[in-house]
This record gives sequence, structure tokens and C-alpha cells, in this order.
Amino acid sequence: MAYTFDFASVLEYSDALLAGTVKTLALTAVGTVFGLGIGILGAVSRAWKLSPFDRIFAVYVELIRNTPFLVQLFFIFFGLPALGLQLNEWQAAILAMVINLGAYSTEIIRSGIEATPRGQIEAAESLAMTRSQVFRHVVLPPALLKVWPSICSQVVIVMLGSSVCSQIAAEELTFAANFIQSRNFRAFETYFVVTAMYFLLAIAVRQAMVQAGQRLIARRKK
Amino acid sequence: MNDISTWDIVRNLLDGALWTIGLSLTAFVLGGIAGLALLFARIAKNPIPRRLAQGYIEVFQGTPLLMQLFMIFFGSSLLGLEISPWIAAALGLTLFTSAYLGEIWRGCVESVPKGQWEASASLALTHFEQMRHVILPQALRIAIAPTVGFSVQVVKGTAVTSIIGFVELTKTGSMLANATFQPFMVFGCVALGYFALCYPLSAYSRYLERNIHGSRAH
Repeated sequence: MAYTFDFASVLEYSDALLAGTVKTLALTAVGTVFGLGIGILGAVSRAWKLSPFDRIFAVYVELIRNTPFLVQLFFIFFGLPALGLQLNEWQAAILAMVINLGAYSTEIIRSGIEATPRGQIEAAESLAMTRSQVFRHVVLPPALLKVWPSICSQVVIVMLGSSVCSQIAAEELTFAANFIQSRNFRAFETYFVVTAMYFLLAIAVRQAMVQAGQRLIARRKK
Repeated sequence: MNDISTWDIVRNLLDGALWTIGLSLTAFVLGGIAGLALLFARIAKNPIPRRLAQGYIEVFQGTPLLMQLFMIFFGSSLLGLEISPWIAAALGLTLFTSAYLGEIWRGCVESVPKGQWEASASLALTHFEQMRHVILPQALRIAIAPTVGFSVQVVKGTAVTSIIGFVELTKTGSMLANATFQPFMVFGCVALGYFALCYPLSAYSRYLERNIHGSRAH
């Protein structure tokens, strides 16, 4: 069985690969920023039992964590127009990423907040800090720092999971792969190259997240 | 198209859900066996199997499941094997599952206190006897909660196999949504189906996690 590998026919499409990589990273970046925002709101609601938000977030977290990302994406893209909410493929992909990461980061950050020693909060309160000051300055930074490794892993998982966004024709890296192999008929080589690219992206995203954590959170620690 | 009733939709989705369950069980059982092999490679004294297992785990945890499935599907046809979507899906998910379970279980084995190894070594147990009688029984108890928790990821992972054409719950949903023009209802039902499968597993995993310290080994 003689099969000649032809990787050159994949690299001819380096423009499409690059454009797909940029879109995948952009999707991940937007998803991470807003997802972590939701996660912080959800975590404080859950950890400090802010009624009724704690209940709402509890239901949200369970619904999202117990259904596949692909189904969430299809529901948003194909299902929501029935309610009059027509989203294009990018809006749907971003919304799905944000909602998905929001649910996971709620649980991750909550465990960090719940690990805050009671005395820290009491000390802050005795300095006449308001509740939101206590949260912003005393509780949140160490909580984020504690769970940052889990957040990094989750962001990588979400980035890899974004490959299914190709199914609603969002033109990210996997979409580029599908496009290229439909042109050059070199499916194996194309997917091999793109898989390797994802592998490198996963390493790069993890590194970027670790760096971001050190810059943004650890800096505040004395 | 009004000739597809709600009951037809539900019945078809239930058929699809059976395939989702079948694929999940297959991947979980076979992935568990392969994961056990990975675990032993990962904690071996010889660095060669250790490195190989580590590389395997990093590749499967560092690439999208969808790409793994594509590689298997198109790679096997390159080897002259025409495999069905079912085989590709089962193989892909098994490899994916084994990488995660191997790593989870390694963490459990390593969390058994070092003194247990030393004590059993001082009783002149061989490496195998140490594993068999001292380390694994303790690691097993630690491992149950995260293993059940990971099974949720396996069930959700099966949804991705719809993309390579395996007809399970998600694929059935896509086809029904196209046929009935009721995507909101159909995908809502699909999501509920996954929730019904996954939520009990999540809840059970949390219950085990809470009770691991309170319970006693027999």
C-alpha cells in the first residue's frame, strides 16, 4: 500500500489556517473575559447566598454543566430564532462560549471564595470596609489566585471545545480545516496539521493564562 | 410538515439516546481498561513507559476531541480500512477517555501517603503486592468520586461524534430539527435528554465527594 503524504498541499492554504487561528483565539479571548466576569458574579452570589441570584446561578450552572457544548450551540443558533432572537454564527458562538465558561468558572471561583479564612473578612469589616470593598480587595484576589490553575485548564478546554463552532459555519480553525480538505482532498494531512496547531495553541493559551494570572492578580499581593 | 407528531419526535430522540448511552458505556469501559494500563505505565519505575504515557495523555488532553475523531476517521481510510462512524466514534472516545482516566487515577495513587509505601516495603512486599494489597485499595476509594464525575464528560463527549455522522441523540436532533422546522423544541428536548443522563451522575459524584471522609472501608 503506497500512499505519498503531501503536506505541501496543506501549507498552500496557510492564509486560511492563519485566519482560522486568529478567529479561534479571538473567540477564546472574548469567551474568557466575559465568561470569567459571569463566573465572578455567579461565584459571589452562590458563596454569599445572595438571594435570589444564588438560586438562579445554581440552576444555570447545573443546566450548562450537564449538557454538551455542541447542543448549547445548536440551541442558541437554531433554536433561539423561534423566540425572535436571530443571531449570526459569530454572535451565537461567542454567546455559547461565554455561557459555557461562565458556568464552569462560577463553580471554580466559588470554591476559591469559600476557602477565604473567616478572620480575613472580619478583619476587613473591622476596618469599616463596605461589603463590596471587602469583596473586591480582600476576598476576590486571593480566591482567584488560589483557583487560577483550574481556570487556566478550563480556558484551554473551552478553546479546544470551540472547534465544534465550525458546525454552525463560524469560520474558525476547524472550519478552515474542513474547507482546505474539501479543496485539496488531503483530509488526513490537513487534519494532522490542524491538530498539531491546536496542540501548540493549547500550550500557548495555557502559558498566556498563567502569565495573565501573575500580572493581574499576583501583582496585588504584597 | 405536520405529519411528524410530538410523539414521533420524542420516540426518535429516545432511540438516539440509546445510542448515546451505548457509546458512553463502551467508551467508559474500554477507556477505563486502557486508562488502567496508562496508569501503570505512568507510575512505572522505568522512565520509558512513563514518558510515553505522559506524551499520550498530553496529546489527547491538548487537542480537540473533534480533531481526534477526524484523524481516526480519515487516518483509517488511509490505511485501507473502511470503518463505520460507530467504530470511529467508539475508538476515538475510548482513547480520549483513557487519557483523562489515566491521569485522574495517577493523581489518586499519588495522593496515597508515602508512609504507606514505606510501611509495606518494610513488610517485604514486592512492588506488585504493595500495589495490590496496600496502595490500590486506598487509591480506589479516593478515585470513585472523580471517576463518576468524569463520566459526565464522556456522555457529553459523545455529542461530538454526531459530526462524523454517528447517529446518536444530537444527530437525531439535528435531523428532526431539519424535518420538522421546530429547532427550539427539538434541541430543547435533546438538551433535556443529556441533562437527564448527566445530572444524576454529577449529583452522585458530589455526594461521594462529600462523604468520602465520613465513610469507612470494609
